Amino acid sequence: MIAVVLHSNMSWWLVIGLSIGAYVFKVSGLVVIGARTLPVPLERCLILIPAALLAALVIKDTFSLGQELVVDARSAGLAVAVVAAWRKAPLIIVVVLAAGATALIRAAG
Amino acid sequence: MSRTPLSQMSAPVRSVVVSSLTLSGAVGVFGISFGVLAVSAGASVAQTCALSLFTFTGASQLSAMSVIATGGTAGAALGGALLLAARNGVYGLALAPFIKGPLRNRLFAAHFVIDETTAMTTAQSEPRLRKIAFWTTGIALFYLWNLGTFVGAIIGSGIDPQKYGLDVAFTAAFVAMLAPHLRSVKGRQAAALGALICLVLIPSAPIGVPILAAGLAVFIGLQRP
Repeated sequence: MIAVVLHSNMSWWLVIGLSIGAYVFKVSGLVVIGARTLPVPLERCLILIPAALLAALVIKDTFSLGQELVVDARSAGLAVAVVAAWRKAPLIIVVVLAAGATALIRAAG
Repeated sequence: MSRTPLSQMSAPVRSVVVSSLTLSGAVGVFGISFGVLAVSAGASVAQTCALSLFTFTGASQLSAMSVIATGGTAGAALGGALLLAARNGVYGLALAPFIKGPLRNRLFAAHFVIDETTAMTTAQSEPRLRKIAFWTTGIALFYLWNLGTFVGAIIGSGIDPQKYGLDVAFTAAFVAMLAPHLRSVKGRQAAALGALICLVLIPSAPIGVPILAAGLAVFIGLQRP
């Protein structure tokens, strides 16, 4: 069975924009700013970006279907992932366990 | 990179090389699921491989494809992914004292400034081991992440990601990447606030925008700890 994507906004512009943007950030830290220091409050904010965004991505990918809030098999996958990550399992194990749990629930339901 | 066989390396060097290669292997396997998911979100095999080759920062690639997969615009996907990529700038600052040499070398090294190389490099105590950790992790991980992406993109067009729970692979990866950031109080506050902003905005804001808006949570960093 092949998953059919009815409409996707994927474009080469996204690939190019993201590639240039990511490299600009990498170079500005390593080469442009280098050993000089940033204002402390700014640095404190930048360090929090992954925490804020990753948590939001988890919420979106688990509980949303378009603009609708839903609870389905993905919630079980999230629960398994949380326990595995909390037990400090490696990334790949967290992913495999969560995907497996979700697939099992879908197969059963 | 060193051409010495693994058995002839000194114990500390061998330990650094072995852990770099182990980490890269795991990331390579994860690259397969990125490839599968990117293709099922509507990216072509070429676009998927280009993302891993030229963007080369996993969380941003995943975030962009996750927004596209749920019907968000390219602009919203780009915004959230770029915000996530900004942390590579902070990593660059942390690595700058260890990556020396001519400008040309540093411009090349910059492409490899990501979560894994930063973690491996800063974990070493000696300058020589730091250099070995950076380059071994950077090159091996680049190679395996791209190989995994290619394999995943090729097989991805033939399988239904939902059947194998692969749509949850993104979520699980985000959870694993989030875990180390929850060790500090500020990290936990930013995560909780980001999640809340996203949850509240999902029913009303255009798809992808709740992720961008969650970025506002970082301003709690302005407050002194």
